[in-house]
Amino acid sequence: MRKIKEFIIEKMILLCGLAAIFFVGLIFLFLLKEGLAVFKMVGPFDFLFGKSWYPISEPPKLGILPLIMGSLLVTLGAAIISIPIGVGCAVYIAEIAPGKTKEILKAGIELLAAIPSVVLGFIGMVTLVPLVKNLFHLPTGLTALSGSIMLAFMAMPTIVSIAEDALYSIPRNYKEGAFALGATHWQTIWRVLLPAASSGILAAVMLGIGRVIGETMAVMMITGNAAVLPQSILVPIRTLTATVAAEMGEAVVGSEHYFALFAIGIVLFIISFIINVTADLFLHKKQ
Amino acid sequence: MVTFSVKDLNIWFGTTQALKDVSLDVRTHEILSVIGPSNSGKTTFLRTLNRLNALHLHLKMKGAVLFENKDIFKIDLELLRRKVGMVFALPLPLPLSIFDNVAFGIRMQGIKDKKRLAASVEEALKEAHIWSEVKDRLNESAFKLSGGQQQRLCIARTLAVKPEVILFDEPCSGLDPISTARVEETMVKIKQKYTIVLVTNNVKQAARVGDRTAFFLNGTLIELDSTHKIFTTPSDTRTNDYIVGKFG
Repeated sequence: MRKIKEFIIEKMILLCGLAAIFFVGLIFLFLLKEGLAVFKMVGPFDFLFGKSWYPISEPPKLGILPLIMGSLLVTLGAAIISIPIGVGCAVYIAEIAPGKTKEILKAGIELLAAIPSVVLGFIGMVTLVPLVKNLFHLPTGLTALSGSIMLAFMAMPTIVSIAEDALYSIPRNYKEGAFALGATHWQTIWRVLLPAASSGILAAVMLGIGRVIGETMAVMMITGNAAVLPQSILVPIRTLTATVAAEMGEAVVGSEHYFALFAIGIVLFIISFIINVTADLFLHKKQ
Repeated sequence: MVTFSVKDLNIWFGTTQALKDVSLDVRTHEILSVIGPSNSGKTTFLRTLNRLNALHLHLKMKGAVLFENKDIFKIDLELLRRKVGMVFALPLPLPLSIFDNVAFGIRMQGIKDKKRLAASVEEALKEAHIWSEVKDRLNESAFKLSGGQQQRLCIARTLAVKPEVILFDEPCSGLDPISTARVEETMVKIKQKYTIVLVTNNVKQAARVGDRTAFFLNGTLIELDSTHKIFTTPSDTRTNDYIVGKFG
Protein backbone atom coordinates (compact mmCIF):
# COMPACT_ATOMS: atom_id res chain seq x y z
CA MET A 1 0.00 0.00 0.00
CA ARG A 2 2.73 2.36 1.03
CA LYS A 3 4.65 1.49 -2.10
CA ILE A 4 1.72 2.35 -4.34
CA LYS A 5 1.35 5.69 -2.57
CA GLU A 6 5.03 6.43 -3.08
CA PHE A 7 4.71 5.46 -6.74
CA ILE A 8 1.70 7.70 -7.36
CA ILE A 9 3.27 10.71 -5.62
CA GLU A 10 6.52 10.24 -7.50
CA LYS A 11 4.74 10.12 -10.84
CA MET A 12 2.65 13.17 -10.00
CA ILE A 13 5.75 15.19 -9.19
CA LEU A 14 7.31 13.99 -12.42
CA LEU A 15 4.19 15.15 -14.24
CA CYS A 16 4.45 18.63 -12.69
CA GLY A 17 8.05 18.86 -13.83
CA LEU A 18 7.25 17.71 -17.33
CA ALA A 19 4.28 20.07 -17.59
CA ALA A 20 6.54 23.11 -17.34
CA ILE A 21 8.75 21.88 -20.17
CA PHE A 22 5.73 20.79 -22.18
CA PHE A 23 4.11 24.23 -22.03
CA VAL A 24 7.30 26.04 -22.91
CA GLY A 25 7.66 23.71 -25.86
CA LEU A 26 4.06 24.34 -26.96
CA ILE A 27 4.43 28.11 -26.70
CA PHE A 28 7.62 28.01 -28.69
CA LEU A 29 6.09 25.78 -31.37
CA PHE A 30 3.02 28.00 -31.66
CA LEU A 31 5.23 31.07 -31.90
CA LEU A 32 7.30 29.44 -34.62
CA LYS A 33 4.28 28.23 -36.58
CA GLU A 34 2.59 31.62 -36.60
CA GLY A 35 5.74 33.68 -36.86
CA LEU A 36 7.59 31.83 -39.59
CA ALA A 37 4.60 32.28 -41.90
CA VAL A 38 5.59 35.90 -42.41
CA PHE A 39 8.72 34.81 -44.27
CA LYS A 40 6.57 33.55 -47.14
CA MET A 41 5.72 37.18 -47.85
CA VAL A 42 8.92 38.98 -46.85
CA GLY A 43 12.47 37.63 -46.75
CA PRO A 44 14.16 37.24 -43.34
CA PHE A 45 16.76 39.83 -44.29
CA ASP A 46 14.17 42.42 -45.36
CA PHE A 47 12.21 41.69 -42.21
CA LEU A 48 15.13 42.12 -39.78
CA PHE A 49 16.90 44.96 -41.57
CA GLY A 50 14.07 46.73 -43.39
CA LYS A 51 13.93 50.36 -42.38
CA SER A 52 10.18 50.97 -42.59
CA TRP A 53 7.41 49.56 -40.48
CA TYR A 54 4.09 50.39 -42.18
CA PRO A 55 2.08 47.26 -41.47
CA ILE A 56 -1.27 48.51 -42.75
CA SER A 57 -0.20 50.31 -45.88
CA GLU A 58 -0.86 48.61 -49.21
CA PRO A 59 1.33 46.63 -49.74
CA PRO A 60 2.51 46.48 -46.09
CA LYS A 61 6.14 47.31 -45.32
CA LEU A 62 7.36 44.99 -42.58
CA GLY A 63 10.91 46.03 -41.66
CA ILE A 64 11.56 45.84 -37.92
CA LEU A 65 14.99 47.48 -37.81
CA PRO A 66 13.55 50.69 -36.30
CA LEU A 67 11.91 48.59 -33.57
CA ILE A 68 15.06 46.61 -32.86
CA MET A 69 17.09 49.82 -32.70
CA GLY A 70 14.44 51.36 -30.46
CA SER A 71 14.62 48.44 -28.05
CA LEU A 72 18.41 48.39 -28.07
CA LEU A 73 18.69 52.16 -27.60
CA VAL A 74 16.35 52.21 -24.60
CA THR A 75 18.05 49.16 -23.12
CA LEU A 76 21.52 50.58 -23.61
CA GLY A 77 20.48 53.86 -22.00
CA ALA A 78 18.88 52.04 -19.08
CA ALA A 79 22.01 49.90 -18.66
CA ILE A 80 24.31 52.93 -18.64
CA ILE A 81 22.19 54.52 -15.92
CA SER A 82 21.36 51.49 -13.81
CA ILE A 83 24.63 49.52 -13.77
CA PRO A 84 26.86 52.06 -12.01
CA ILE A 85 24.12 53.13 -9.61
CA GLY A 86 23.00 49.56 -8.98
CA VAL A 87 26.47 48.16 -8.37
CA GLY A 88 27.39 51.19 -6.27
CA CYS A 89 24.28 50.69 -4.19
CA ALA A 90 25.10 46.99 -3.76
CA VAL A 91 28.63 47.84 -2.59
CA TYR A 92 27.25 50.40 -0.15
CA ILE A 93 24.72 47.95 1.29
CA ALA A 94 27.12 45.00 1.48
CA GLU A 95 30.23 46.78 2.68
CA ILE A 96 29.75 50.26 4.02
CA ALA A 97 26.27 50.85 5.39
CA PRO A 98 25.91 50.47 9.17
CA GLY A 99 23.33 47.93 10.42
CA LYS A 100 20.19 50.01 10.45
CA THR A 101 20.77 51.95 7.21
CA LYS A 102 21.40 48.61 5.55
CA GLU A 103 18.03 47.21 6.61
CA ILE A 104 16.18 50.34 5.51
CA LEU A 105 17.94 50.37 2.14
CA LYS A 106 17.26 46.71 1.50
CA ALA A 107 13.59 47.14 2.30
CA GLY A 108 13.49 50.19 0.02
CA ILE A 109 15.00 48.25 -2.87
CA GLU A 110 12.49 45.45 -2.41
CA LEU A 111 9.68 47.99 -2.41
CA LEU A 112 10.99 49.45 -5.65
CA ALA A 113 10.81 45.98 -7.19
CA ALA A 114 7.20 45.67 -6.07
CA ILE A 115 5.92 48.76 -7.91
CA PRO A 116 3.84 47.62 -10.93
CA SER A 117 5.34 48.80 -14.17
CA VAL A 118 2.17 50.59 -15.23
CA VAL A 119 2.39 52.72 -12.08
CA LEU A 120 6.01 53.58 -12.85
CA GLY A 121 4.80 54.35 -16.36
CA PHE A 122 2.26 56.95 -15.39
CA ILE A 123 4.49 58.49 -12.75
CA GLY A 124 7.07 58.84 -15.51
CA MET A 125 4.43 60.33 -17.79
CA VAL A 126 3.45 63.15 -15.46
CA THR A 127 6.87 63.91 -13.91
CA LEU A 128 9.75 62.70 -16.06
CA VAL A 129 8.33 63.42 -19.51
CA PRO A 130 7.69 67.18 -18.90
CA LEU A 131 11.07 67.42 -17.18
CA VAL A 132 12.93 65.96 -20.17
CA LYS A 133 10.90 68.18 -22.50
CA ASN A 134 11.77 71.39 -20.66
CA LEU A 135 15.35 70.44 -19.92
CA PHE A 136 16.32 69.84 -23.54
CA HIS A 137 13.75 72.21 -25.13
CA LEU A 138 12.16 69.41 -27.13
CA PRO A 139 8.82 69.39 -28.94
CA THR A 140 7.91 66.32 -26.86
CA GLY A 141 9.29 64.65 -23.74
CA LEU A 142 8.16 61.21 -24.90
CA THR A 143 11.67 60.09 -25.86
CA ALA A 144 14.09 57.19 -25.64
CA LEU A 145 15.83 59.01 -22.80
CA SER A 146 12.66 59.11 -20.67
CA GLY A 147 12.17 55.41 -21.33
CA SER A 148 15.78 54.65 -20.39
CA ILE A 149 15.52 56.50 -17.09
CA MET A 150 12.25 54.82 -16.18
CA LEU A 151 13.53 51.38 -17.13
CA ALA A 152 16.71 51.97 -15.13
CA PHE A 153 14.46 52.13 -12.07
CA MET A 154 13.05 48.76 -12.98
CA ALA A 155 16.42 47.10 -13.57
CA MET A 156 17.93 48.51 -10.38
CA PRO A 157 16.27 46.22 -7.80
CA THR A 158 17.37 43.10 -9.70
CA ILE A 159 20.91 44.38 -10.09
CA VAL A 160 21.21 45.55 -6.49
CA SER A 161 19.86 42.46 -4.79
CA ILE A 162 21.77 39.91 -6.87
CA ALA A 163 25.03 41.92 -6.85
CA GLU A 164 24.70 42.37 -3.09
CA ASP A 165 24.28 38.62 -2.65
CA ALA A 166 27.40 38.07 -4.73
CA LEU A 167 29.41 40.52 -2.62
CA TYR A 168 28.04 39.07 0.60
CA SER A 169 29.07 35.53 -0.29
CA ILE A 170 32.76 36.41 -0.71
CA PRO A 171 34.78 34.75 2.06
CA ARG A 172 35.49 37.14 4.92
CA ASN A 173 39.14 36.14 4.75
CA TYR A 174 39.65 38.01 1.46
CA LYS A 175 38.75 41.21 3.20
CA GLU A 176 40.89 40.47 6.25
CA GLY A 177 43.77 39.35 4.05
CA ALA A 178 43.72 42.60 2.11
CA PHE A 179 43.35 44.68 5.27
CA ALA A 180 46.27 42.88 6.89
CA LEU A 181 48.44 43.90 3.94
CA GLY A 182 47.73 47.53 4.63
CA ALA A 183 45.05 48.10 1.97
CA THR A 184 42.47 50.79 2.67
CA HIS A 185 38.78 49.98 2.68
CA TRP A 186 38.32 51.39 -0.83
CA GLN A 187 41.38 49.56 -2.20
CA THR A 188 39.98 46.35 -0.74
CA ILE A 189 36.58 46.91 -2.36
CA TRP A 190 38.02 47.90 -5.73
CA ARG A 191 40.91 45.44 -6.05
CA VAL A 192 39.65 42.40 -4.16
CA LEU A 193 35.92 42.30 -3.46
CA LEU A 194 34.60 43.52 -6.81
CA PRO A 195 36.87 41.21 -8.87
CA ALA A 196 36.02 38.29 -6.59
CA ALA A 197 32.31 38.93 -7.06
CA SER A 198 32.60 39.78 -10.75
CA SER A 199 30.77 36.73 -12.09
CA GLY A 200 27.83 37.30 -9.74
CA ILE A 201 27.75 41.00 -10.57
CA LEU A 202 27.79 40.28 -14.32
CA ALA A 203 24.92 37.86 -13.85
CA ALA A 204 23.05 40.55 -11.92
CA VAL A 205 23.59 43.00 -14.77
CA MET A 206 22.45 40.50 -17.40
CA LEU A 207 19.27 39.69 -15.48
CA GLY A 208 18.60 43.42 -15.00
CA ILE A 209 18.99 43.98 -18.73
CA GLY A 210 16.77 40.99 -19.42
CA ARG A 211 14.06 42.65 -17.40
CA VAL A 212 14.50 45.92 -19.32
CA ILE A 213 14.32 44.43 -22.79
CA GLY A 214 11.17 42.48 -21.99
CA GLU A 215 9.41 45.41 -20.33
CA THR A 216 6.34 46.63 -22.22
CA MET A 217 3.89 48.78 -20.35
CA ALA A 218 6.11 51.59 -19.08
CA VAL A 219 8.01 51.98 -22.35
CA MET A 220 4.80 52.05 -24.33
CA MET A 221 3.55 54.89 -22.15
CA ILE A 222 6.58 57.13 -22.25
CA THR A 223 8.70 56.54 -25.34
CA GLY A 224 6.37 58.11 -27.89
CA ASN A 225 5.90 55.01 -30.07
CA ALA A 226 7.27 56.38 -33.33
CA ALA A 227 8.57 53.54 -35.47
CA VAL A 228 11.41 55.49 -37.07
CA LEU A 229 15.10 54.75 -37.01
CA PRO A 230 16.29 56.81 -34.01
CA GLN A 231 18.97 59.43 -34.76
CA SER A 232 19.55 60.37 -31.11
CA ILE A 233 18.36 59.49 -27.63
CA LEU A 234 16.16 62.60 -27.53
CA VAL A 235 13.58 61.46 -30.10
CA PRO A 236 10.50 59.26 -29.74
CA ILE A 237 11.14 55.60 -30.45
CA ARG A 238 9.17 52.40 -30.45
CA THR A 239 10.31 49.09 -28.99
CA LEU A 240 9.64 45.53 -30.11
CA THR A 241 7.48 44.81 -27.07
CA ALA A 242 5.40 47.97 -27.34
CA THR A 243 4.70 47.20 -31.02
CA VAL A 244 3.29 43.77 -30.25
CA ALA A 245 1.24 45.06 -27.32
CA ALA A 246 -0.17 48.03 -29.22
CA GLU A 247 -0.95 46.38 -32.54
CA MET A 248 -1.96 42.83 -31.71
CA GLY A 249 -5.52 43.87 -30.93
CA GLU A 250 -6.11 45.49 -34.30
CA ALA A 251 -4.21 43.12 -36.58
CA VAL A 252 -6.44 40.99 -38.78
CA VAL A 253 -5.97 37.34 -37.87
CA GLY A 254 -4.09 35.58 -40.66
CA SER A 255 -2.84 38.80 -42.25
CA GLU A 256 0.80 39.60 -42.93
CA HIS A 257 0.69 42.09 -40.08
CA TYR A 258 -0.53 39.38 -37.70
CA PHE A 259 2.26 36.98 -38.66
CA ALA A 260 4.84 39.74 -38.46
CA LEU A 261 3.88 40.45 -34.85
CA PHE A 262 4.44 36.78 -34.01
CA ALA A 263 7.81 36.95 -35.74
CA ILE A 264 8.67 39.90 -33.49
CA GLY A 265 7.78 37.57 -30.63
CA ILE A 266 10.37 35.09 -31.91
CA VAL A 267 13.01 37.82 -32.11
CA LEU A 268 12.26 38.85 -28.51
CA PHE A 269 12.29 35.24 -27.39
CA ILE A 270 15.73 34.74 -28.91
CA ILE A 271 17.12 37.94 -27.36
CA SER A 272 15.84 37.05 -23.87
CA PHE A 273 17.08 33.51 -24.26
CA ILE A 274 20.59 34.70 -25.12
CA ILE A 275 20.62 37.08 -22.17
CA ASN A 276 19.40 34.45 -19.71
CA VAL A 277 21.88 31.86 -20.93
CA THR A 278 24.73 34.38 -20.61
CA ALA A 279 23.63 35.25 -17.06
CA ASP A 280 23.44 31.55 -16.23
CA LEU A 281 26.93 30.96 -17.58
CA PHE A 282 28.30 33.73 -15.36
CA LEU A 283 26.44 32.45 -12.31
CA HIS A 284 27.69 28.92 -12.76
CA LYS A 285 31.22 29.96 -13.45
CA LYS A 286 31.28 31.13 -9.85
CA GLN A 287 30.62 27.71 -8.37
CA MET B 1 64.47 46.19 22.54
CA VAL B 2 60.73 45.98 22.88
CA THR B 3 58.51 46.02 19.80
CA PHE B 4 55.07 45.69 21.38
CA SER B 5 54.25 46.70 24.89
CA VAL B 6 50.80 45.63 26.08
CA LYS B 7 49.48 47.03 29.37
CA ASP B 8 46.34 45.91 31.20
CA LEU B 9 44.55 44.95 28.01
CA ASN B 10 40.86 44.09 28.43
CA ILE B 11 38.60 43.22 25.51
CA TRP B 12 34.91 42.50 25.39
CA PHE B 13 32.83 41.21 22.49
CA GLY B 14 29.38 42.36 23.48
CA THR B 15 29.07 41.11 27.06
CA THR B 16 31.64 38.30 26.95
CA GLN B 17 35.11 39.25 28.06
CA ALA B 18 37.75 37.79 25.76
CA LEU B 19 40.87 39.20 27.43
CA LYS B 20 41.41 40.07 31.08
CA ASP B 21 44.22 42.37 32.26
CA VAL B 22 46.83 41.08 29.85
CA SER B 23 50.24 42.75 30.17
CA LEU B 24 53.27 41.60 28.23
CA ASP B 25 56.12 42.74 26.03
CA VAL B 26 57.06 41.40 22.61
CA ARG B 27 60.81 41.72 22.16
CA THR B 28 62.41 42.69 18.87
CA HIS B 29 63.58 39.77 16.70
CA GLU B 30 62.16 37.06 18.87
CA ILE B 31 59.62 34.38 18.13
CA LEU B 32 57.00 34.64 20.82
CA SER B 33 54.72 31.60 20.83
CA VAL B 34 51.27 31.98 22.30
CA ILE B 35 49.61 28.75 23.36
CA GLY B 36 46.38 27.87 25.14
CA PRO B 37 43.14 25.97 24.58
CA SER B 38 40.48 27.34 22.22
CA ASN B 39 38.59 30.34 23.56
CA SER B 40 41.57 31.33 25.67
CA GLY B 41 41.81 34.68 23.89
CA LYS B 42 45.08 34.09 22.09
CA THR B 43 43.76 34.93 18.63
CA THR B 44 41.94 37.98 20.00
CA PHE B 45 45.23 39.09 21.50
CA LEU B 46 47.00 38.64 18.18
CA ARG B 47 44.37 40.49 16.20
CA THR B 48 44.59 43.42 18.58
CA LEU B 49 48.18 44.00 17.55
CA ASN B 50 47.27 44.98 13.96
CA ARG B 51 43.84 46.30 14.91
CA LEU B 52 42.03 43.68 12.87
CA ASN B 53 39.63 43.19 15.79
CA ALA B 54 38.15 46.55 14.93
CA LEU B 55 36.14 44.80 12.19
CA HIS B 56 33.89 43.46 14.93
CA LEU B 57 30.88 45.62 15.61
CA HIS B 58 30.49 45.16 19.36
CA LEU B 59 34.09 45.37 20.40
CA LYS B 60 35.05 47.23 23.57
CA MET B 61 38.65 47.71 24.56
CA LYS B 62 40.47 49.03 27.61
CA GLY B 63 44.18 49.30 28.26
CA ALA B 64 47.15 50.34 26.18
CA VAL B 65 49.02 48.72 23.30
CA LEU B 66 52.26 50.44 22.29
CA PHE B 67 54.07 49.67 19.06
CA GLU B 68 57.62 51.03 19.18
CA ASN B 69 56.52 53.22 22.08
CA LYS B 70 53.57 54.69 20.20
CA ASP B 71 49.92 54.03 20.94
CA ILE B 72 48.67 51.83 18.07
CA PHE B 73 45.50 53.91 17.87
CA LYS B 74 47.57 57.02 17.14
CA ILE B 75 49.43 55.37 14.25
CA ASP B 76 47.92 55.59 10.77
CA LEU B 77 45.92 52.36 10.40
CA GLU B 78 47.27 51.35 6.99
CA LEU B 79 50.85 52.12 8.07
CA LEU B 80 50.44 49.99 11.20
CA ARG B 81 49.13 47.09 9.15
CA ARG B 82 52.00 47.39 6.69
CA LYS B 83 54.52 47.27 9.52
CA VAL B 84 52.67 44.51 11.33
CA GLY B 85 51.90 41.80 8.78
CA MET B 86 49.67 38.84 9.40
CA VAL B 87 49.44 35.24 8.16
CA PHE B 88 46.08 33.55 8.74
CA ALA B 89 45.04 30.08 9.82
CA LEU B 90 43.60 29.12 6.46
CA PRO B 91 46.02 29.79 3.64
CA LEU B 92 43.69 32.00 1.68
CA PRO B 93 45.28 33.60 -1.37
CA LEU B 94 43.36 36.40 -3.04
CA PRO B 95 41.60 35.35 -6.27
CA LEU B 96 44.52 36.59 -8.38
CA SER B 97 47.61 35.12 -10.02
CA ILE B 98 50.63 34.07 -7.94
CA PHE B 99 52.50 37.19 -8.99
CA ASP B 100 49.60 39.53 -8.31
CA ASN B 101 49.04 38.02 -4.89
CA VAL B 102 52.55 38.89 -3.81
CA ALA B 103 52.51 42.25 -5.59
CA PHE B 104 49.15 43.21 -4.04
CA GLY B 105 50.47 44.92 -0.92
CA ILE B 106 53.23 46.76 -2.79
CA ARG B 107 50.78 47.99 -5.38
CA MET B 108 48.52 49.28 -2.61
CA GLN B 109 51.34 51.62 -1.69
CA GLY B 110 51.11 53.12 -5.15
CA ILE B 111 54.21 51.51 -6.66
CA LYS B 112 53.62 50.78 -10.35
CA ASP B 113 57.13 50.41 -11.78
CA LYS B 114 57.18 46.92 -13.32
CA LYS B 115 60.87 46.19 -12.71
CA ARG B 116 60.62 47.21 -9.09
CA LEU B 117 57.49 45.09 -8.60
CA ALA B 118 59.12 42.07 -10.22
CA ALA B 119 62.22 42.44 -8.06
CA SER B 120 60.23 42.77 -4.84
CA VAL B 121 58.03 39.80 -5.72
CA GLU B 122 61.06 37.62 -6.47
CA GLU B 123 62.77 38.66 -3.26
CA ALA B 124 59.69 37.92 -1.16
CA LEU B 125 59.11 34.53 -2.78
CA LYS B 126 62.75 33.61 -2.21
CA GLU B 127 62.55 34.69 1.39
CA ALA B 128 59.47 32.52 1.91
CA HIS B 129 61.28 29.56 0.30
CA ILE B 130 58.79 29.02 -2.45
CA TRP B 131 60.54 30.75 -5.39
CA SER B 132 61.96 27.57 -6.95
CA GLU B 133 58.52 25.96 -6.91
CA VAL B 134 56.62 28.80 -8.55
CA LYS B 135 59.12 30.76 -10.63
CA ASP B 136 57.90 29.23 -13.90
CA ARG B 137 54.20 29.67 -13.19
CA LEU B 138 53.90 33.16 -11.75
CA ASN B 139 50.91 33.97 -13.95
CA GLU B 140 48.86 30.95 -12.91
CA SER B 141 46.03 31.29 -10.43
CA ALA B 142 47.23 31.02 -6.83
CA PHE B 143 44.47 28.47 -6.20
CA LYS B 144 46.39 25.91 -8.25
CA LEU B 145 49.06 25.64 -5.54
CA SER B 146 48.91 23.00 -2.81
CA GLY B 147 47.84 23.99 0.71
CA GLY B 148 51.38 24.24 2.02
CA GLN B 149 52.49 26.23 -1.00
CA GLN B 150 49.52 28.56 -0.61
CA GLN B 151 50.47 29.21 2.98
CA ARG B 152 54.06 30.01 2.02
CA LEU B 153 52.67 32.23 -0.74
CA CYS B 154 50.69 34.06 1.94
CA ILE B 155 53.90 34.46 3.93
CA ALA B 156 55.63 35.84 0.82
CA ARG B 157 52.73 38.22 0.29
CA THR B 158 53.19 39.49 3.82
CA LEU B 159 56.99 39.74 3.50
CA ALA B 160 56.69 41.72 0.26
CA VAL B 161 55.31 44.70 2.16
CA LYS B 162 58.51 44.74 4.25
CA PRO B 163 56.91 44.53 7.67
CA GLU B 164 58.80 44.66 10.95
CA VAL B 165 56.54 42.23 12.74
CA ILE B 166 54.70 39.17 11.43
CA LEU B 167 51.73 37.75 13.28
CA PHE B 168 51.05 34.08 12.61
CA ASP B 169 47.54 32.93 13.50
CA GLU B 170 47.72 29.13 13.73
CA PRO B 171 49.50 29.06 10.37
CA CYS B 172 49.78 25.28 10.17
CA SER B 173 46.39 24.17 11.48
CA GLY B 174 45.26 23.13 8.01
CA LEU B 175 48.54 21.65 6.78
CA ASP B 176 50.06 18.20 6.65
CA PRO B 177 53.25 17.46 8.67
CA ILE B 178 55.64 17.98 5.75
CA SER B 179 54.15 21.33 4.78
CA THR B 180 54.14 22.27 8.45
CA ALA B 181 57.86 21.53 8.68
CA ARG B 182 58.47 23.74 5.64
CA VAL B 183 56.52 26.63 7.13
CA GLU B 184 58.30 26.27 10.49
CA GLU B 185 61.66 26.22 8.72
CA THR B 186 60.69 29.43 6.96
CA MET B 187 59.70 31.04 10.26
CA VAL B 188 63.01 30.24 11.93
CA LYS B 189 64.95 31.52 8.93
CA ILE B 190 63.17 34.85 8.67
CA LYS B 191 63.49 35.45 12.40
CA GLN B 192 66.74 37.37 12.02
CA LYS B 193 64.94 40.11 10.14
CA TYR B 194 61.50 40.10 11.72
CA THR B 195 59.80 39.95 15.06
CA ILE B 196 57.35 37.06 15.10
CA VAL B 197 54.30 36.39 17.24
CA LEU B 198 53.01 32.86 16.68
CA VAL B 199 49.63 31.75 17.95
CA THR B 200 49.40 27.99 17.79
CA ASN B 201 47.22 25.11 18.94
CA ASN B 202 50.15 22.80 18.49
CA VAL B 203 52.13 22.76 21.73
CA LYS B 204 55.02 20.93 20.09
CA GLN B 205 55.25 23.62 17.45
CA ALA B 206 55.67 26.25 20.16
CA ALA B 207 58.44 24.16 21.69
CA ARG B 208 60.18 23.78 18.34
CA VAL B 209 60.23 27.35 17.10
CA GLY B 210 59.51 29.72 20.00
CA ASP B 211 62.17 31.70 21.87
CA ARG B 212 59.64 32.56 24.54
CA THR B 213 56.22 31.09 25.15
CA ALA B 214 53.10 32.63 26.64
CA PHE B 215 50.29 30.51 28.04
CA PHE B 216 46.75 31.91 27.91
CA LEU B 217 43.75 30.44 29.70
CA ASN B 218 40.22 31.89 29.69
CA GLY B 219 41.44 35.29 28.56
CA THR B 220 44.14 35.57 31.19
CA LEU B 221 47.89 35.39 30.65
CA ILE B 222 48.95 32.64 33.05
CA GLU B 223 52.64 32.56 32.40
CA LEU B 224 55.26 33.97 30.04
CA ASP B 225 58.83 32.74 30.05
CA SER B 226 61.57 31.30 27.89
CA THR B 227 60.30 28.31 25.91
CA HIS B 228 62.84 26.07 27.64
CA LYS B 229 61.60 27.08 31.08
CA ILE B 230 57.90 26.74 30.18
CA PHE B 231 58.41 23.25 28.79
CA THR B 232 60.67 21.96 31.55
CA THR B 233 59.84 23.73 34.78
CA PRO B 234 56.71 25.88 34.44
CA SER B 235 55.84 27.84 37.56
CA ASP B 236 52.09 27.35 37.25
CA THR B 237 50.58 23.87 37.51
CA ARG B 238 47.91 24.77 34.93
CA THR B 239 50.65 25.43 32.38
CA ASN B 240 52.13 22.05 33.10
CA ASP B 241 48.76 20.33 32.87
CA TYR B 242 48.10 21.90 29.46
CA ILE B 243 51.51 21.06 28.08
CA VAL B 244 51.41 17.42 29.09
CA GLY B 245 47.89 17.20 27.69
CA LYS B 246 45.76 16.84 30.80
CA PHE B 247 43.27 19.26 29.21
CA GLY B 248 43.07 20.96 25.88
